[in-house]
Amino acid sequence: MHALPTAPAPEPRRQILVGTALASAGAATLVGGMLALYVKFRHEALASADGRWIPKGITVPLVPANVLLIALLPVCLFSQWAVYSAKRNDKPHASLALGLVALLGVAFINAQAFIWATMKLPVLEGTYSVLFYCLTGVMTALAILGVVFSVTTAFRYLGGRTADREVVAAHALYWYAFSFVFAMLWFVVYVTK
Amino acid sequence: MTAIDTTAASTDTSGSALASVAGWITSTDHKRIGRLYIGTALLALLASAVIAALLAFERIDSATTFLNIGSLTQLFALYRWGLLYLAALPLVVGVAVAVVPLQLGARSIAFPRLAAGGFWTWLFGAVASVVAIAANGGPNGGNARFVDLFTLAAALSLLGLFGTLISLVTSILTTRAPGMNMRRLSAFTWSVLVMSICAVLALPVLVGLLLIVYVAHKYPSVSELSGNRALEEWVGFGFTHPTTILFTIPVFGFFADIVATVTKRRTRPRGTVLATIGLVGVSLVAVGVQSPVVIRSAFRSLSSNNKIADVVPYLFVHALPLLGAFLTIALVLPALASKPKPSAPFVGGVLAALVALDAIIASALQHIGDAALSGTVFEEGTFLLVIGAIVVFALAAITYWAPKFTGRSVPALPALGLTVLAFLGTQLAALPMLIAGFADQPGGVFPSVEPGVDGVVKFSYSGPEGLWNTLSGVGHVLVVVSVLAFVALLVRSASKGATAGDDPWDGQTLEWATTSPAPADNFAAIHAVTSAEPLLDLKSANTRSDA
Repeated sequence: MHALPTAPAPEPRRQILVGTALASAGAATLVGGMLALYVKFRHEALASADGRWIPKGITVPLVPANVLLIALLPVCLFSQWAVYSAKRNDKPHASLALGLVALLGVAFINAQAFIWATMKLPVLEGTYSVLFYCLTGVMTALAILGVVFSVTTAFRYLGGRTADREVVAAHALYWYAFSFVFAMLWFVVYVTK
Repeated sequence: MTAIDTTAASTDTSGSALASVAGWITSTDHKRIGRLYIGTALLALLASAVIAALLAFERIDSATTFLNIGSLTQLFALYRWGLLYLAALPLVVGVAVAVVPLQLGARSIAFPRLAAGGFWTWLFGAVASVVAIAANGGPNGGNARFVDLFTLAAALSLLGLFGTLISLVTSILTTRAPGMNMRRLSAFTWSVLVMSICAVLALPVLVGLLLIVYVAHKYPSVSELSGNRALEEWVGFGFTHPTTILFTIPVFGFFADIVATVTKRRTRPRGTVLATIGLVGVSLVAVGVQSPVVIRSAFRSLSSNNKIADVVPYLFVHALPLLGAFLTIALVLPALASKPKPSAPFVGGVLAALVALDAIIASALQHIGDAALSGTVFEEGTFLLVIGAIVVFALAAITYWAPKFTGRSVPALPALGLTVLAFLGTQLAALPMLIAGFADQPGGVFPSVEPGVDGVVKFSYSGPEGLWNTLSGVGHVLVVVSVLAFVALLVRSASKGATAGDDPWDGQTLEWATTSPAPADNFAAIHAVTSAEPLLDLKSANTRSDA
């Protein structure tokens, strides 16, 4: 065996953060690809003879969608608050911030369910319906993952693993990425429809 | 905190066969996970190559048919799906998972449970997809439930690969030995990083589109999003180039490393070689991610009628990877002037890189509109070149790194012979398809063969179809024979092969600094690195001190 110079084992280099960044990038392209298809079919539908994209009688509610987007602002703020507090070993504030993020995440899911209930859009209605439910469904699944991430991070933190600041930072990164992806979806699906 | 699991690899597998099986199933040792990927991918390769041979022989005469005409589309789907996502990509991932942490000087892969979970998820999805097609599901399947199962299983397999790739990228970015900056990565590890990042960005697009197709299939009224048209239009990009060429990037990295090893020289100019390898990936990822919308329009083809605005995207998509691949080979190949001794890894590495370059050239040719190759079997020929490059690379790489997994060498001459045979087989399978493409033999991922249609009409054309398809079929048979014999050789050498030394190839990178086979936690001590070729430095210093 070759006698190469040895060195102490290096400190871990933000593995959770890097892994979360990669997963978030994957989530962005997942939704991005679906949005691309949505835009393409919308363009074709609007250029067709009847020029109709959204089924007749269906109204896309903009107000709850705006509320969804606005709700993500405090989510990002609270996520960063958790990082700030964790860096200062401020356990009560870090836990509170993580709890609030989870709560807002649940509220996000609830608001999305409200939009589905309000629209009363049957899946059988056509291409728009399929793409709408796929996009918002995937977004909701990502929100559920985010809530699970928040709850897990909070429990780890409350359980005494206060040195795991990297997990709290990764948690914040996930919600930033989520907010960015939802902002794309909000603009395409709810604003320009 | 750390996500490195240094204890998990030491699973005790001594004792009963059951304990051994349990050890393999629960193992988070990256070398075992890699070998699981490689083993199952080789099996899938054999099965897919058999189907490919059957389809080629079926096409010899369009007037007669020996396969069930109703199942042709499903067989096509299984052949494409199997070769790419059950064999080729998992082979690349398997080799990378087994080797990259060793090259990094790391004790383990990052997120070992994610890597292991990724393998089992991929395997579960792979088995379910094959079962779905066998039960009359898959594209053009008659059983709606199994059509749905295939779509979900395919998405699941891709998610499994996605998980393992995240583990790989994180390892490369976070577990490098002290002193190993990004420029000191081995060319193979660098190429794996490029390929993995591209795949991490591209595979979710495919998953999302499969999800849409799945939902749409449940509501047949949404015709533009369901059925074969949707699969070909929206999911087909994942089975064709330039997306598939992403998976050949590690071939170029292996090529650069193996040439440096056998010529006992440093890769120079190192930074440029890494950049040219990166060029193959950087330009492809844009297409891979945007394929559903963009590839069918502006990026699709170049013809004399196109405006300059269409030429630029074409050059970006096809010329940049071609330039990257060509420059990589052009920069590395002059080292061969020293005429090193032929060996399976060396010959295989060079041949695989040349085939990958051919695949990129063919991909660029196909998208020239005036050549009228779109819709012909030329596309299938290009696909087979991609698969061929990966198969030859895999045989060479497994022969090269086998000592680190089993502690024994694969016999040199038989391995060399089988690698060359696999190369000849893949070329024989692909090249006739390229020629037949120029002769306008119709092709397509999912040819529109509908139940009730007499004869295999889509295969019929005015050229010598019998000759080209016979040659292609023989090529597939050669691949089956070579891979089967190689697997037998591997199994035999793992138990009865000659004991390999720690550094049987006189290597330059860190994997040769540990024992053969590598221990559960890879290295007895963490090594500090001061260059990209730490072992070459050491050997040079020893030579100088001896002198």
